[in-house]
Amino acid sequence: MAEPQGIYILAEINDTGSPSSLTLELLGLGKKLASDMGSRLSAILLGSDIPVAVQELARHGADEVLFLDDPGLARYNPEIHSEVMAGFLQTRPPLALLAGHTSMGQDLLPRLAFSLGYGLVTDCVSLKVEGGGVLFTRPIYGGNAMATQKANTATVMATVRARVGEAPQPSEAAGAVSALAVEMPAQSRLELKGREVLTARECPLEEAPVVVSGGRGMGGGEGFEQLRGLAGLLGGAVGASRPPVDSGWAPTTCQVGITGKVVAPDIYIAVAISGSTQHLSGMGEAGKIVAINKDPEAFIFKVSDYGVVGDWKQVLPAFTAALKELVQD
Amino acid sequence: MGLNIIVCAKQVPDPEGPPSSFEVNEAERKVTPRGIPPVINPFDENALEAAIRIKESVGAEITLLSVGKGLSKAVTLKAVATGADASLLVEGDAVEAALFDPYATAELLAAAIRKTDRYDLILCGRQAADTNAGLVGLGLAQLLGIPAITLAQKVEISGDRVVVERALPDGYEVVEAPLPALVTVSGAVGDLRYPSLQAIKAAKDFPQTTLGLADLDADLSGLGRVETVALAAPSRERRCTLVEGDTPEEAGKKLALLLRQEKVV
Repeated sequence: MAEPQGIYILAEINDTGSPSSLTLELLGLGKKLASDMGSRLSAILLGSDIPVAVQELARHGADEVLFLDDPGLARYNPEIHSEVMAGFLQTRPPLALLAGHTSMGQDLLPRLAFSLGYGLVTDCVSLKVEGGGVLFTRPIYGGNAMATQKANTATVMATVRARVGEAPQPSEAAGAVSALAVEMPAQSRLELKGREVLTARECPLEEAPVVVSGGRGMGGGEGFEQLRGLAGLLGGAVGASRPPVDSGWAPTTCQVGITGKVVAPDIYIAVAISGSTQHLSGMGEAGKIVAINKDPEAFIFKVSDYGVVGDWKQVLPAFTAALKELVQD
Repeated sequence: MGLNIIVCAKQVPDPEGPPSSFEVNEAERKVTPRGIPPVINPFDENALEAAIRIKESVGAEITLLSVGKGLSKAVTLKAVATGADASLLVEGDAVEAALFDPYATAELLAAAIRKTDRYDLILCGRQAADTNAGLVGLGLAQLLGIPAITLAQKVEISGDRVVVERALPDGYEVVEAPLPALVTVSGAVGDLRYPSLQAIKAAKDFPQTTLGLADLDADLSGLGRVETVALAAPSRERRCTLVEGDTPEEAGKKLALLLRQEKVV
């Protein structure tokens, strides 16, 4: 068996053919790991006909980009991707492989963990090198405790949340790019059919620098129009706690919380949200939290940096209008 | 007789409990629940709901499979009263140690399932509310050598195939697999229905099969691939600056000014 060496990050590309912002953040984290462990950073990319992404990865800190190029890898197929990745990792095992905690990362890495026997830590919010190994910190019990974990296997893997790492500055000196021949599996038992897009992808919730969310107190779907206005003003995205989603006021893809999406924007604005444990688990890591709620006892104020006690119907329009003036100045 | 569906369910402290009910013991690296009842992991409840809907549409026998120690009667009762037809429990001290290790849990579940060897579809929650790891379902499928689809928001049976709407960040994709298969279920499937009083009464004499580690051919050598070296309580509370005004409108305006002043926006 080959000796594990190097740090790998698994790249993902967005709809425009560029690396996702989480991928660039992984490059930042991977670069630090590689330097702390005296190792090299490689970006692994599976796909087909994505020259821009390959070059971008090479310019953002990867010493080397390993491109597994095949038309059959253009769309994520769990069985095909995991077989191709497993074959690749067996020939060139790394010390550590980082992937995003995305719908692909959450699906692919556990498959690899069980087929290759690698230790895997999912949903990491911080990582550091200590005693020659990597320590990963992740929330457990829905964020009511933080566990620091390490893997006792020669190769370790982790999925990392969005906005944990920082994208490296692009440099002119680009890393080497190698396109690797891929031996495609004969077939997958999984058959991919159609794909439905429910929300626009201009500003994915997990990557948004600002998230404006509404809760049960919004009272209906109309109020979310106002939240969209505020989010648009700040270049952010609209989220929701669980009740508005259950009531059909906001799409499922908007739900922030342990049963929805976990976000960590620079600014989180919670409108008419009381602050249940399950919601806090989805946004507690935000940079600054701003709450508007008419109940002064609402738990959300305990975990917020700024707050107004008042009815959002009166507070929010004035807040948005004032902010609009300030931002334009 | 229709399909045989196995729903894997874990007992967890109620994740909806307030933060104060999760006592973090840093020295022993464990969390002790205080004053909150054990419940079925919410995503496993979603999986059970998905199973019940399949039972209603094409007919199925649902077996609830759980690994643990001292499982609450109330917990299994709810599952049975809502629609499970049988329950299988893997129990014992050695089993409890394995519970926080996804590799060992998957192995125990696989060993228990091999013992019955009568299944068409296995449904699991996408992750447990205590460990939040999301590994066991995929591991179980791998150990049993069956296809797996994750993050389902809808699960349907079409002939001898399972058709799944798999949640994506911006929508969903449709993925199909031949049976037998395993599907992990997300909250978007919908909440588990409430059982009727009549069903709860009927569920009380429900037979439950219990297996111990000795009954299973389980290989727990994968245990300990990942270990927890430290545990800490999160620092969630913040000091909140409350902005006041003579009117709500004024307070809203002052909030905007303050955020600008402090360079938040």
